[in-house]
Parts: sequence; structure tokens; C-alpha cells
Amino acid sequence: MTVDIKTIDAVEKATKEYKYGFVTDIEMELAPKGLNKDIVRFISSKNEEPTWLLDWRLDSYEKWLKMSSKNPKWANIHHPPINFEDAYYYAAPKKESDKPGSLDEIDPAILRTYEKLGIPLKEQEFLAGIAGSGKVAVDAVFDSVSVATTFKSKLFELGIIFCPISEAVKEHPDLVKKYIGSVVPKNDNFYAALNSAVFSDGSFVYIPEGVKCPMDLSTYFRINAADTGQFERTLIIADKGSHVSYLEGCTAPMRDENQLHAAVVELIALEDAVIKYATVQNWYPGDEKGKGGIYNFVTKRGACRGKNSKISWTQVETGSAITWKYPSVILQGDNSVGEFYSVAVSNNKQQADTGTKMIHMGKNTKSTIISKGISAGYGQQTYRGLVRMQAKADNAQNFSQCDSLLIGDKCGGHTVPYIDSRNSSAEVAHEATTSKISDEQLFYCQQRGLDSEEAVAIIVNGFCREVLKELPMEFAVEAQKLLEISLEGSVG
Amino acid sequence: MEVLLEIEDLEVEIEERKILDGLSLTLNRGEIAALMGPNGAGKSTLASILAGKDNYKSIKGSIRYLGKDLFKMSIEERASKGLFLAFQYPVEIPGVAMSTFVKIALNAQKRLRGEKELDAIEFLKLAKIKAKELHMSEDFFKRPVNVGFSGGEKKKAEVFQMSMLDPILAILDETDSGLDVDALKVVAEGIKNFQSKDRGSLVITHYQRLLNHLDPDTVHILADGKIVKTGDKTLASLLEEKGYQGIIEAA
Repeated sequence: MTVDIKTIDAVEKATKEYKYGFVTDIEMELAPKGLNKDIVRFISSKNEEPTWLLDWRLDSYEKWLKMSSKNPKWANIHHPPINFEDAYYYAAPKKESDKPGSLDEIDPAILRTYEKLGIPLKEQEFLAGIAGSGKVAVDAVFDSVSVATTFKSKLFELGIIFCPISEAVKEHPDLVKKYIGSVVPKNDNFYAALNSAVFSDGSFVYIPEGVKCPMDLSTYFRINAADTGQFERTLIIADKGSHVSYLEGCTAPMRDENQLHAAVVELIALEDAVIKYATVQNWYPGDEKGKGGIYNFVTKRGACRGKNSKISWTQVETGSAITWKYPSVILQGDNSVGEFYSVAVSNNKQQADTGTKMIHMGKNTKSTIISKGISAGYGQQTYRGLVRMQAKADNAQNFSQCDSLLIGDKCGGHTVPYIDSRNSSAEVAHEATTSKISDEQLFYCQQRGLDSEEAVAIIVNGFCREVLKELPMEFAVEAQKLLEISLEGSVG
Repeated sequence: MEVLLEIEDLEVEIEERKILDGLSLTLNRGEIAALMGPNGAGKSTLASILAGKDNYKSIKGSIRYLGKDLFKMSIEERASKGLFLAFQYPVEIPGVAMSTFVKIALNAQKRLRGEKELDAIEFLKLAKIKAKELHMSEDFFKRPVNVGFSGGEKKKAEVFQMSMLDPILAILDETDSGLDVDALKVVAEGIKNFQSKDRGSLVITHYQRLLNHLDPDTVHILADGKIVKTGDKTLASLLEEKGYQGIIEAA
């Protein structure tokens, strides 16, 4: 009961002119549609944020407003204009303020949803006790609010912080304040500015000096409410000499309308630290005619701040109607290493414009880019990448390999690599191939007993092997299944 | 003797050209038959039609395999019912390890037949035995299917797959071409190991030398889209002596 009173208070304070207060249907609590300063204030007050963060959001909003006529148009994607006034910017499970202290307190309906997604939270702690490998701590984000964080206490003993970013703002304000926006500035781009203004929650990770995180940390994102944009904000800091591996899985139910997802992920690796970040993205891609599906405009960037640090991105992108995403690494520290391994599928009417930026600033920095794009149906796929060798990046090295696989003759694969070298001792190598699944390959596989879909699956898995092997075992298995599902019916 | 494969009056047209024109051929269980003939006679077309390739413009006649209409079976169904084709030009599948490929294929066939699938350990045990029988190194289990294989390695890999999948009818399309003497022995050994009273082999070849190892029961000569002569193994030696032209003219 106190929940509702608190909420109403907050809404009244934040949105005085909105006479209906907030919209509540059976399960969800929503801020009114549209975006203005009051909505930003509302989100901030819902999260009981300090003034500095509210100011930060409002400043981001101002910056976004100035950009709002110029959302990026350079990508090889086509969609009707997005009406930013026609979306909800905040949605939370109604009982969120109950602050579940343990899994038992979570709404069973939510737990069932997670079970459908294949992450039975209830089993997580139990499983971890018996399985020597494959320990995964899950921070689940149901729409905008983290509803459960497992393993927190165990990680806490090691000094590892793994919690919703809304909680980190309260419990570890100095860390958040120091690093948020330090890799992706508020005005970095249109969608990052939007996120900075309205992000509702997300994950926060801090690994203290010298600690190797004993398990993979994982977040499962899910967009549930209709018409809601989801704007998570993830911040991961690996202090000197620490190691962490982070897994992110995404999925959303089928809906006819398009939903916007604009996340920001910032990674900071200090001296000798290693961050591995893996994503399996399976947002709803729309139907075969291109109706519905998620618009996924995401800014992900890591900074190798310290010497000998390493950041590795691995992504398997099978979902979303539109993917606009360039997980990047800024190689500031000498000898630092950046990696990008990507598999992206666009089937039916899906469009993906994805790639990476490797910005070499320090000496002897190294980067590797392996990108595998698969197009089927009417899908369009663009690899877009930038490798920049700054003037001081002596002996920096990059190797890029961009392969496209086409299935059928109505789809497209495009490669747009930018190379910008300002240091004569730096080396940049780029290889690219385009191939088709040939009738001979299919026939060969079928002659051995595989049906046509199994044949496509094995050929595609082979094509993606260099990337899939970068994923932790369970994730790789899931990714293979997703590839199969996404390409179902792609050969007649 | 039980008939394994019965082809009657097969006519196949590909891109406005008649490749097979009234071909009839019978193969019994326990029989090794050699199919010989000049280049372009339609040998490989026959092999791929049997396996289920449908790149033809039109097809007439009938093919019965194990007493059933072969045209009514999908490619993978034919495979699961024991029809195996060793390809003349084995196809590359980058990134897929040979052992993974064979395991998936074997289990797909077992699934279609309603048999229990092999787990990784059972599979590996079997693969090691088969590789040893064929004097093949286990190194190639991990290599991607046919990628970077020499000509001989590709053909040996085909025979390895045959021996793993354990078919009833093996069609070997010029599996002996491009092989050195040692590789030829391995291939011949593979076919001999496979052959039994229940099984049949259709060996497509240009050369006497494989047949010297195999001792075929029957030799068919295919020219101009049909079988022009059928005989025992002496026909192959005669062919070596007189050439196709001589045989065809005599026929």
C-alpha cells in the first residue's frame, strides 16, 4: 500500500500538469507517454536519485533536444520516422518498491516468464552449488527495473559489486559519478543522449584490484510492456589486474508495433584488467513481412584505460527488426588489446548495420575484428567499421576479417570498412569475403542424411565457428540454436 | 539373389540435352558392379540422380531401390535407407570438423530410422576403429570437411564416411581417380571391407587398376546415355586393350 502512495506522490511532484497521473494497467506501472523534463524528473525520483544525477539527466535531455532533429541517417537502414512522443519512457513491475530481498519475494508470474526464457532463477543458486563449471550470476532486468540479483552475497565477499545501477547510485555514488558517461559522453550520439536522459535501470559491476571474478556475470534483458522503450544503462569497471566475463541475453515477446531499445554500455579496464562482454541478442525481429519488431539502437564502448588491459566484445545478433550497433574499444593504455567477434543474422525483412570501432591511442596496441554476417530472405546486412591509428600509436596492429554469407538471391551483404592511419609504424590488415551457400554444399549434406534445414544450420555454424568459440559453452549452444531458429525456412 | 537396385528405361534431360537415354541396370545384393564409359557418357549424372539431385529438366523411367520407388524418397531419406554416394568432387564445408560432420550425419540417419543415436564417446570409439581399418590418421577428425585436403585425402575421407555411415548400396563416383598407389589400396580396402552378401557396390571408374583390387562381379559399359554392354570382369580387360570405341562398335 505504501508503494502506491509513494508512487502517486512522486508522480504528482514530477508531473504536475499531467492530470491523469500515471497509467497503471493490471501489472505495470507506467509514466505518461512522451518525453519532457518532467518525465526525466519522474524517472529520477522513482529511483530516488541524488540531485547530481538528476542534473546530469536533464543536461542530457537538453543535449538530446538540440540533436533531436538529427538522429543519425548514415546507416544502411530504412524505417519510418520514430515518434519519440508516442512511447512510454518508464515501466516497472507494480510491486517493485517492495524491494524483493530474495527470490521468494519475486512475483511468481515474473519468475514463470523467466523460466520460459530458459533462466529459472530459482535453480540458479542451487545449480551453482553442484556444477563446477558454468556458474552464472544473473541480474535480471524485467523491463526497466532489476527484480532479482542472485549470488550477490557470494560476490560481495570478494569485494565484487554486481547490482542494479539504480542501487549503485545510492550505495556506491563515487564510483558511478566517476565513471558514468566517461566512455560514452552524454552527447556522444542521438541515442546515447536519449538514454542518458531517461535510462531507468541496468547493471553495475565493479571488480576490485587483483580479483578474478569466479563466475560469469549475466543479465537477461526483456522488453515486456507494449509501447515501452527500454533504456538500460550498464557500467562495468575492472580495476587493476582484475578479470571479469559478462554475458548479456536479450529477448522480447512478439508484438505488431515497433519498439525502441536504446541501451548504453560502458566498460572501463584499468591496468592489466580484462573484460569479456558477450551478447546473445534475440529481440523480436518482426514477422516475415517486416511487421513489428524491435528497433535496436545501442551504443556500446569500452576503454582500455590502463597498460596491458584487454576488452573483448562477442556478439551474436539474431533478433531485432533493425540493429544499429557498434561495440567499440578505445585503446588508450600501451600494449592494450581490443577484440570484436560478431555474428549477425538478417532474415526476412531484418536490417542490421553493425560493426565496431577500434581507436588505437597507446603504443603497441592490438586489435582483432572478426565479423560474420549472414543474410537470408530479404535481409540486409552491413558491416561498418573504423580502425584508427592515432599519431602516438607506435607499432599498433589491427587485423580485420569480414565475411558475408548469403542465402538466396533477394538478400544483401555490404561491407564498409574505414581505415584511418596517422602513424607510419602502425599496421592495418583487412580481409573480406562474400560467399553463398551453394546447392552443392546442401546436396552433399543431405546425401549424408541431413534435411535442408539441418544442412543450412551446420554450414552456418561452420561459417561462424571462429566467433562461436569465443562464447562460453552454454551460451555457444544457445547461440547455435538461435541461428537455426532464425534461419528456419530460409531455403526452400 | 535379391535385387537391390533396379533401373528401367531411365531418360534424363538436363538443359535441353538428353544425358541418359533409355538406361536400364540391375544390381543385386552381394554384387560389385563396375560402371565404365567415356567422358560425358552420363555416369556422374546417373550417380547424382540416384542420390536425389533434381537439377534435371525432365526425367522418365523408373528406379526401384529395396523394392520401393526411389523418386518418392527425399535425398536424406535415401541416405537413411542406406544409399551412399562417394562424390567425385567432395564439397568443402569450412569451419565444420570432419568428426562433427560425420557424427551429425550418422545421428540424423539414425533418427530417421528410429534408432538410438550415438553419444560423443560411442561415436569417437567407432570413428577410431574405422580410421585404423583404413590406415588413416585421427588428425583429420578435427580438420574442416574437405578444406585444404589433397585429392587423395578427399577420396579417403569419402571412404571413411562410407564406412562410418554403413550403407547398403554404395555408389562410388570415380573414387579412384587422382590417387597414388597407396591411396588406391586404401580405397580398394575400404570397399572390400564394406562389401558383403547383403550389400551392393556400384563403382564408377575409368581404370582397370581399381578393378584389379576389387574383383567385380559385373562390368557395365555406358555410352550415349545407355548401357551398351554388360559382362564379367574380363570385359574391363578387353576395354583396356581395345578402348571404348572398339567395344562400342562391337556392341
